[in-house]
Amino acid sequence: MAEQSKLREFTKGIFEYNPMFVLVLGICPSLAVTTSVKNGLAMGGAATFVLICSNFIISVVRAYIPREIRIPCFIVVIAAFVTMVELLMKAYLPPELNASLGIFIPLIVVNCIIMYRAESFAYKNKPLASVLDGAGLGLGWTMSLCLVSSIREILGAGTIFGIKISESYQPASVMIMAPGAFIVLGLLLGFFNWLKLRKSEKALNAYMEHD
Amino acid sequence: MPIWNMIKEIAIIIVSVVFVNNFVLSKFLGLCPFLGVSQKTSAAMGMGVAVTFVMTIASAITWIVYNYILLPGDTNIIAIVFPSIRELGLIEVLKTISYILVIATLVQLVEMMLRKMVPALYESLGIYLPLITTNCAVLGVALLNTTDSPTHLGFLQATVQGFGAGIGFTVAMLLMSGIRERLALINIPQPLRGVPIAFICTGLMALAFFGFSGMVQ
Repeated sequence: MAEQSKLREFTKGIFEYNPMFVLVLGICPSLAVTTSVKNGLAMGGAATFVLICSNFIISVVRAYIPREIRIPCFIVVIAAFVTMVELLMKAYLPPELNASLGIFIPLIVVNCIIMYRAESFAYKNKPLASVLDGAGLGLGWTMSLCLVSSIREILGAGTIFGIKISESYQPASVMIMAPGAFIVLGLLLGFFNWLKLRKSEKALNAYMEHD
Repeated sequence: MPIWNMIKEIAIIIVSVVFVNNFVLSKFLGLCPFLGVSQKTSAAMGMGVAVTFVMTIASAITWIVYNYILLPGDTNIIAIVFPSIRELGLIEVLKTISYILVIATLVQLVEMMLRKMVPALYESLGIYLPLITTNCAVLGVALLNTTDSPTHLGFLQATVQGFGAGIGFTVAMLLMSGIRERLALINIPQPLRGVPIAFICTGLMALAFFGFSGMVQ
């Protein structure tokens, strides 16, 4: 039973609480860095690292954080890990990747997903559960980033992971620019809503027939 | 005529950040409040004013922090006490933390000042004021003015850029709220209602704003 609930803390972040398509949080980086799959992966990895670490630390020290000043405390913890991840990325990743992520790495500090998990989960739960929660949501977000960025990279640049998909395809470069980002995300959100509506309709029909 | 040149420079910065490099529509900054508070024009206006206010002051203060506390060199104030900082500076390690603390303190301060001095404005801004701390447009403009700027900006340029970015945010919010007030009246396919259609409209707006590109370098 305990094992199962632990597993649930992890898997809920991927579908049920998917940060991009269900919660619709952290949209700014989701749109800005999804011009190529490589960028999406790097951003997802960085944010997941910060999310896991900040969830862990906040959950460990939660008894010592007074309720009135919890938000500034969270921000300081998150900012410390963001600085770490920024320095690590500068040291180990290629400079052009760092340049294309630009200000969105320091902007992880104000990413709503991390603040939301700190406030509504890590501040109330035990360290292990908080780490699993962070890992699940981080993975869910990274997967969504990969989905959006692969669509945009294929349509807008005609490549995936930098490899050309077809010689004859003329890329629609508007897809890797700002308008394409908004439209792709809007249509994807619509698609997931449609799936959800269809599922609940089916459930309703099954229920009616059962009656 | 130096004053004429200065006015020209300021005008170019403002046109650039309001139309050509609009924060919401081309830099993807501040999307959460943009989608969250754009259902009504009055709320959008309140949020826009509050953000512009905070962005202008935050640009000025983070410029001072960047140039006199974080950057290495003779101008560093902390180097007077700790000489080792003169060579390295604090820019790598303290950039993010110092900026977000400046912004959080500033928002709190603005909130207290408004409550004391202009209660009417304070009442109308309500919940939006504390939320500005986690608005990525504010931290974004601080970073774009200082560490991530291609050229070293002066104090006046940085402040004007902050103000202009706030105006750009307000313009985008007002346009969006106008569109969404109309959208509430029409029959949209069920799955697209709410946020998805707002995203698609924003995309079309961003496409329209492409018309301004190339106007200013």
